[in-house]
Amino acid sequence: MAELIARTPAHADLPQPVEIGRTRIAEVVLGPVTWIAPFDGQEKAVTAALRAAAGVAFPKPGQVTRKGSVRALSVGPGQALLIGATVTPDGAATTDQSAAWCALSLSGEDACAVLARLTPLDLRPSAFALHRTARTMVGHMTASLTRTSENTYEIIVFRSMAHTLVHDLTRAMRHVAVRAAL
Amino acid sequence: MRLTCPHCGERDLREFAARGSAVVLSRPSAGASAEEWADYLHIRDNPAGEARDLFYHTPCGLWIEVTRSTITHAVIAARPVREAKP
Ligand SMILES: [Zn+2]
Repeated sequence: MAELIARTPAHADLPQPVEIGRTRIAEVVLGPVTWIAPFDGQEKAVTAALRAAAGVAFPKPGQVTRKGSVRALSVGPGQALLIGATVTPDGAATTDQSAAWCALSLSGEDACAVLARLTPLDLRPSAFALHRTARTMVGHMTASLTRTSENTYEIIVFRSMAHTLVHDLTRAMRHVAVRAAL
Repeated sequence: MRLTCPHCGERDLREFAARGSAVVLSRPSAGASAEEWADYLHIRDNPAGEARDLFYHTPCGLWIEVTRSTITHAVIAARPVREAKP
């Protein structure tokens, strides 16, 4: 059988991390991703199944539940992405979305300033605390934005948008760096 | 303008698509007259005061019915369209 070489979603545009000014972007390899949408009234049962299999609860809006390298990200009304493990609980619609998403991490002192050029989301820590996630816009794209440390954000977009995300981010990074050097 | 998505919380208008009057939620019944259909499709109130409009929160996919004032621009309420009317 042919041995196919799997490329990560941002491989062509971001083969290695890029540092511009006081920010850095790197691809995050998500591994297995399952979209989970509990049927009406089944959220508790789904949480129990997810807890038993992967140690995480079904997340509330804006929440990320985490256990080791597994996390569940709230991505819409009644919907979550389970990342880092594969669980298909009864009582929920599930689809395998591994390789369907492109994730980048943006970090550094100016990460917030860079992101503020691309998203209308209120990024102040009081409004967007550590380990909170939000569905929002990054440039013209819908995206999931998660604050993974004080100065690190993870941005997840459709895999087909990988090129645009890298382009938009590196441009904003350049602009922030140029202003800082004035 | 800031709108409150019932799922995501308060967000900037840029995240929403304005989809017109919420009157489109009240579709005429199957046997409705041509006049009722014409009203439904073409006739819109232009209230000075409380108006009900549909917005789509693009990043999360929720349709919401927003009650707002066309005089003060105050946003009074927002509810998910998929839930039954209160
Ligand atoms: Zn929303």
